[in-house]
Amino acid sequence: MDYLGEHLLPGRIGHFFATVSFAASFIATVAYYKSASSKSVDDERAWRRLGRITFTIDGLALMGVFAVIYYIIRAHYFEYNFAWEHSSKTLDLKYLLSCVWSAQEGSFLLWMLWHFVLGIVLIFTSKKWESPVMSVLSFAQLCLATMIVGLYFWGAKIGINPFMLIRHTELFDAAPFLHEASTGMLKHDYLTYIKDGQGLTPLLQNYWMVIHPPILFLGFASTIVPFAFAFAGLWKKQYGDWVKVALPWTLFSTCILGTGIMMGAAWAYESLSFGGYWAWDPVENASLVPWLVYLAGLHTMVIFNATGHSLRATYLFIFLGFILILYSTFLTRSGILGDTSVHSFVDSGMNFQLIALITVFLVPAFGLLFWRYKSIPHIRKEENINSREFWMFIGSLVLFLSAAFVIAATSLPVPNKLFGTNLTIGDDATFAYNRIEIFIAVIVGVLTAVGQYLKYKMTSTRNLMKVVPPTLIAVILSVAISILGNIHYDRYGNGFLAAIHLAVFCAMYAVVANAMYIWSAIRGNLRNAGGSIAHVGFGLMMIGILLSSSKKEVLSYNTTGININFLPSAKQNPMENITLIKNLRTDMGKYWATFINNDSVDSRNRTTYFHVRLQKKKNQDEFDLYPNMVNTGKSPDDNVFNPDMHHYWDKDIFSYISAAYNPQQENQEDTAAFRQYTIGINDTIYYSKGYIILDGITPNPNNTRYHFSPDDTALMANMTIIDKDSMRFKANPAFYVKNNRIVPLIDTVFAQDLAISFNGVGSEKKLIFGVKESAAMVPFVALKVLLFPQINILWLGTFIMIAGFAISVFRRVKLI
Amino acid sequence: MKKLHIVLLVFIATSIGLLISFMGNLSTYETIASAKQKEGKSVTIIARLDNSKPIEYNAARNPNYCSFYVSDTLGNRAKVEYFFEKPYDMEKAERIVLKGKMMGDVFQITQKDGILIKCPSKYTDDPNVAKKNLTEN
Repeated sequence: MDYLGEHLLPGRIGHFFATVSFAASFIATVAYYKSASSKSVDDERAWRRLGRITFTIDGLALMGVFAVIYYIIRAHYFEYNFAWEHSSKTLDLKYLLSCVWSAQEGSFLLWMLWHFVLGIVLIFTSKKWESPVMSVLSFAQLCLATMIVGLYFWGAKIGINPFMLIRHTELFDAAPFLHEASTGMLKHDYLTYIKDGQGLTPLLQNYWMVIHPPILFLGFASTIVPFAFAFAGLWKKQYGDWVKVALPWTLFSTCILGTGIMMGAAWAYESLSFGGYWAWDPVENASLVPWLVYLAGLHTMVIFNATGHSLRATYLFIFLGFILILYSTFLTRSGILGDTSVHSFVDSGMNFQLIALITVFLVPAFGLLFWRYKSIPHIRKEENINSREFWMFIGSLVLFLSAAFVIAATSLPVPNKLFGTNLTIGDDATFAYNRIEIFIAVIVGVLTAVGQYLKYKMTSTRNLMKVVPPTLIAVILSVAISILGNIHYDRYGNGFLAAIHLAVFCAMYAVVANAMYIWSAIRGNLRNAGGSIAHVGFGLMMIGILLSSSKKEVLSYNTTGININFLPSAKQNPMENITLIKNLRTDMGKYWATFINNDSVDSRNRTTYFHVRLQKKKNQDEFDLYPNMVNTGKSPDDNVFNPDMHHYWDKDIFSYISAAYNPQQENQEDTAAFRQYTIGINDTIYYSKGYIILDGITPNPNNTRYHFSPDDTALMANMTIIDKDSMRFKANPAFYVKNNRIVPLIDTVFAQDLAISFNGVGSEKKLIFGVKESAAMVPFVALKVLLFPQINILWLGTFIMIAGFAISVFRRVKLI
Repeated sequence: MKKLHIVLLVFIATSIGLLISFMGNLSTYETIASAKQKEGKSVTIIARLDNSKPIEYNAARNPNYCSFYVSDTLGNRAKVEYFFEKPYDMEKAERIVLKGKMMGDVFQITQKDGILIKCPSKYTDDPNVAKKNLTEN
């Protein structure tokens, strides 16, 4: 049966490409395997040639798949499930691209495309290692191709076909209006009912979404290269030769993966209202852990290069690092983290395939390692306790321990699933990690600092003494920070506070020692200083993290009178949000805060900017913040909020909207009228939500709000409003006499939608008030304002560390 | 004994120490009924928003108080008090993970990340939600 308006050709082409890629990667795997294991040079060459050709065909086919997906999204062919689920007509061009990798299939595709790019570089550069290394890479391409091929083998579906038509999914079963009532068949014009796709969630509509995933996936993809070299080394029994060649790749991988992770952190910090850059979310952890293990592997590789020690440890770390990449893929995509992470994908029925993906790499790698373990060369003589390699090895172990802890904690849902336990991290997840990781930071900091001054094999006392000046300087600097830095993070007691101070010293130690090492030992030759530069960056990152987290402050503590909650639970209430009424200057701790307007609207992006002015009480320093609200286009009430920041060199003031009145309701007319009451002092007026007590009156008030002199004729009423939940508010309506006429000054209690006017004095000491209850919403914004001190040290450290890595990559490439 | 062995022993001992201290601090998933038994103790419950009662959140009045009702798979219901802003898209959530303490009959959450919402609109891969959206269109 033909359906109206369907475009079936692109899907057929796309699926053809996917199948080609699957077949080509299979042939490439076989060809490279044959080449690597062939005895004669001619055979080797011939098979390698076939391998190269098919690997390239695989890559071109993958590009074809990508192009067709993009075309379908671009043309808004919603008959394809992919386009309907992940894109919509209103999306900006640049986000159409991100639609591709917001989907599971799309992100696998991105991963494979990077494999292709890396493979091409390997074909040109890896010389004698090409065949064994490329067999592993082609095999990985084959495994990943199964994720998108969507073929049926003996009734079992393999992978998700990105070109699945929406009418082939189960979606329509739940939509009777798309079916003919008489026959139950799908209507031939069903497409006319599908006006638009689901779109990309507004939280992901951000330029970070365009760049963060590709970089992160390049990091993910590149981890296979060191793995493939290590595997090739074992396979071809050239146990140590590969290390030198693979070292730049490991550096590259660590560099890019680190960049990707920190981009995610920057994204979370800058444009999501998470209120921070790192939350120990399982999905964040899942990419941090392989990075830490590769960092450990990187250091043991350097040890092996210099001394011949630690080769077995290198195998272990590199294999584990890559397996952890696959494992984290499983964690984030299987839906198993559903109850612990805000970022994870939901189960898409590929769990078996994901577990199989881990297994097909884990079993051969560790099987071979176990089998050949005895023949891996190692030096019988132990490392000296005063040698660099000994302490570098300890450092690697500590990094590994840290990774092991994080992944164990992150994996809790796995034993829960396997053994039916129901364990979970308590309500303070961050601290569960921080209290362990801070000691890791302490050890790593010291090792990074001292390690540089140790020599391989053996360090003489004279050399060791060179570490004294940086130690002294670091002590002085960190004590200065401890004393002057106002670090009083006592939420978890003095023990943890002491640990923070200790960690600040250790991080500072790493920075100073490495910086001085560049200057004294390498004489400022930056080209050879990649390692030290990366260490300086790492130390700075730790300082930035320690200071910004321990000194992070909520500036918007709700200290104003109007919202103090007298419920019994009030003590528990952290009160991090403050409500600002339009044009009403509000006391916000160290600042005055005023919500000025929300007139700035970008209708193209459906974004409303809320203009908030903060004024520091102490020095009148004044600045504006424009946190915004983006309407999702689905309904006027469906909005997401994006933060805005004010940057200082030493801190960021960060704000986001927690809730706001809806400007679209603003024009509702206020038809409520004032009702008159004549009461005496201590009498009450009842209104719909509670009652008002007149506590007393003040003649000619002179306070922050009214400025009358004793010569005026003015009266201010002091009223307390108590609502049905025992919330208390103050109101001070007043009036003054001008030209023998009474001019009332209305006071409003916005929280109660209440306006009170003081209309004059009646007989028998009674006073006349008008009370109006209005249903119309008052323009307000509930805001959270956070202070992140020294956050720039973190970003600066990140840049320096990445630069250090990059310098090392170039140097190690030259040294091959 | 070789140095490496000493190092490995220390390493293993530390790992075990870490593991024990970490396990000691873990909490458990509870049902509403069993959470009531453990009043005042920090627990995690997985529940579903009870749509028969409104989510109470009035940002103009108090932006730091959000209360709602949840029910768990055993059919028990409880009121939840969350002392932060109402989480985005909470009405649409399929299921809600709550970390907090049962105080009397009210489940109180005093950590901002004490509510985890498996929010359908975050990742639209959830077929159930997609179905729902399709039928609503």
